[in-house]
Amino acid sequence: MSPLLEVSDLRVEFSTEDGIVHAVDGISYAADTGRTLCIVGESGSGKSVTSLTTLGLTRGRNTRVSGKIEFDGRDLLTLSGDEMRSIRGNDIAMIFQDPLSSLHPFYKVGAQLIEAIRVHRSVSRSSARDRSVELLTMVGIPDPQRRVDQYPHEFSGGMRQRVMIAMALANEPKLLIADEPTTALDVTVQAQILELLQELQHRLGMAIILITHDLGVVAEFADEIAVMYAGRIVERGSAEQIFFSPQHPYTWGLLKSIPRLDTPREGELVPISGRPPSLIQRPSGCFFHPRCPYVRDEHKRIDPSLSDVAGEPGHEAACLLPTELRSRIWRGLAAGETPAELRRLVVEDGQTVPVSGRRPLSQEEGS
Amino acid sequence: MGRYIIRRLLWVIVLLIVVSAVTFLIFYELPSANPAVLRAGRSPNPALIAAISKSLGLDRPIYVQYWLYIKGIVLHFNFGYSYQFSLPVRTMIFQRLPATISLTVGAVVIWLLIGIPIGIISAVRSRSVMDRTAMGGALLAISAPSYWLGLVALYLFANDIGIVKIFDGAGTYTGLTADPGRWFGSLLLPWIVLAAAFAAFYSRLLRSNLIETMSEDYIRTARAKGLSERRVIWHHGVRAAITPIITVLGLDIGTLLGGAVLIETVFNIPGVGRLAYMGIENADLPVIQGTVLFGAFFIVIANLVVDIVYAFLDPRVRYA
Repeated sequence: MSPLLEVSDLRVEFSTEDGIVHAVDGISYAADTGRTLCIVGESGSGKSVTSLTTLGLTRGRNTRVSGKIEFDGRDLLTLSGDEMRSIRGNDIAMIFQDPLSSLHPFYKVGAQLIEAIRVHRSVSRSSARDRSVELLTMVGIPDPQRRVDQYPHEFSGGMRQRVMIAMALANEPKLLIADEPTTALDVTVQAQILELLQELQHRLGMAIILITHDLGVVAEFADEIAVMYAGRIVERGSAEQIFFSPQHPYTWGLLKSIPRLDTPREGELVPISGRPPSLIQRPSGCFFHPRCPYVRDEHKRIDPSLSDVAGEPGHEAACLLPTELRSRIWRGLAAGETPAELRRLVVEDGQTVPVSGRRPLSQEEGS
Repeated sequence: MGRYIIRRLLWVIVLLIVVSAVTFLIFYELPSANPAVLRAGRSPNPALIAAISKSLGLDRPIYVQYWLYIKGIVLHFNFGYSYQFSLPVRTMIFQRLPATISLTVGAVVIWLLIGIPIGIISAVRSRSVMDRTAMGGALLAISAPSYWLGLVALYLFANDIGIVKIFDGAGTYTGLTADPGRWFGSLLLPWIVLAAAFAAFYSRLLRSNLIETMSEDYIRTARAKGLSERRVIWHHGVRAAITPIITVLGLDIGTLLGGAVLIETVFNIPGVGRLAYMGIENADLPVIQGTVLFGAFFIVIANLVVDIVYAFLDPRVRYA
């Protein structure tokens, strides 16, 4: 059976005065009922655009979308505006980063919940209100009978995000997209919100796509992880694969920039140097090469594609370094060595197996 | 809220005292003419001027004059007597208030009916041909001085001097109770002229507010709920973008109730603004003083009303 949501070769381009922004560049992923897919990447890597496109919210004069977004047997990209609207908030719901700015400041929480229900269900105002109270109870808001008549600014940050979740779940969606749902919240509240999402997923059996820039957040939550960089997926695999045998230097960077208590203090945090590339004038070759500590000359010319990691079914990475060398580098990083120290492995490897002419390109990409 | 209103009302009194004192001082230090001389005929002699000065109370020190003036207002609600017409200023203002209110209310209705829809459409279809045309027109309407626009309108459309005689011209104002039909006809042209710049300003203001609002996160949420674009715009966008407009509207109404001096003068409408203009022309201090105080009163009250209304419009605002 095909998964609930299957995105294939999705491309989203915005034409701006400065040029064409390649926000999403040929990505594919799937999300299935009861499972959680985490999309991880820096800001500007295309994660939010991907999910907004799934909801049909990036349609516009200056936008070009191609590829396929198959949901429940229908290609969402071919649906009309009205058909898409009947899916939004009904079959697919979304919650956003900042719950304060995402709730309308002038309407009571109850009114906003009632609106979400009544747009898809022809029920009376009073039964929609009862349902709102029920939803607030479900997301763990104390005293829902009273809270339903309050305005968003009367709620704390965590409670607001609970309201957003209640609103998203109003029509029991099959797919919930959570775009950085904990980024604007206190650390202690972050954990509560993620636990709540997990619990609700078990109860309602929906698929969740969790978008975040913080790999630390997703460790316990994710079934699959897709790492995005500059509009592309650079590595994909199960949570275990990504955490225990990451294959892409960018993923290494993300992992090494999470503060941990169980590693020694010295050299524990390794930031990724440089800035994300412009999505208008993208780098040649591997998009990550200007920031990659392990770059070789040919990486500036050859554009790697996602390919299977040998011996790890379902694990894919887009990196030009040989698999064996990648494993050695990751082992070194995990042991606390710095990227600068490990670069010697790349140089030595390059000397023992000269790149030029010896290996055909296909093998280079495939490894 | 109650305490807040009382505190604000006390400030209104302080403000009005300051305004009256400043007006008094300006007129005393920089009179537009000597009121006594203006009333002394073609070839006045000093004795006559002195006598007139004495009868008007102008020979007394300024603080005594001011004290008597304030005392009259506080104790008897008496704003003094016009030098020129020897009529109570209070009566003169109240007689002219209906014309000013008529002019204001009609113009407000017209500019809201024109400005708000244009603002919304321009925001929703921003950068379209329609938007650019409307905003270009708005810029013209804002730039044109209202008295010039009034004169041009009379020249083009008044049924006495106009090229196309379709509207009643200047000086045709009739009271609402006397003849509603003529009242309406006589005010139509002034309403349109007065409303033009305001409609333009409001449409531009609403357009920019709405464009900004439509990029807010809660609009994205509304769309993600699956609401129709129409409901997103009206229920979520306009509701938030209109709030600042209400504020400006309150202040504009307050200002206009104090007298639309230029429009009333151009169209010869016997309103408070025209009275103020006549007062200035004739160095009629009590009239100037009275109209200025009335204008100031409307403005500060409008401010207060706006602040109170705002608390109802935006639940985040609470006064203590």
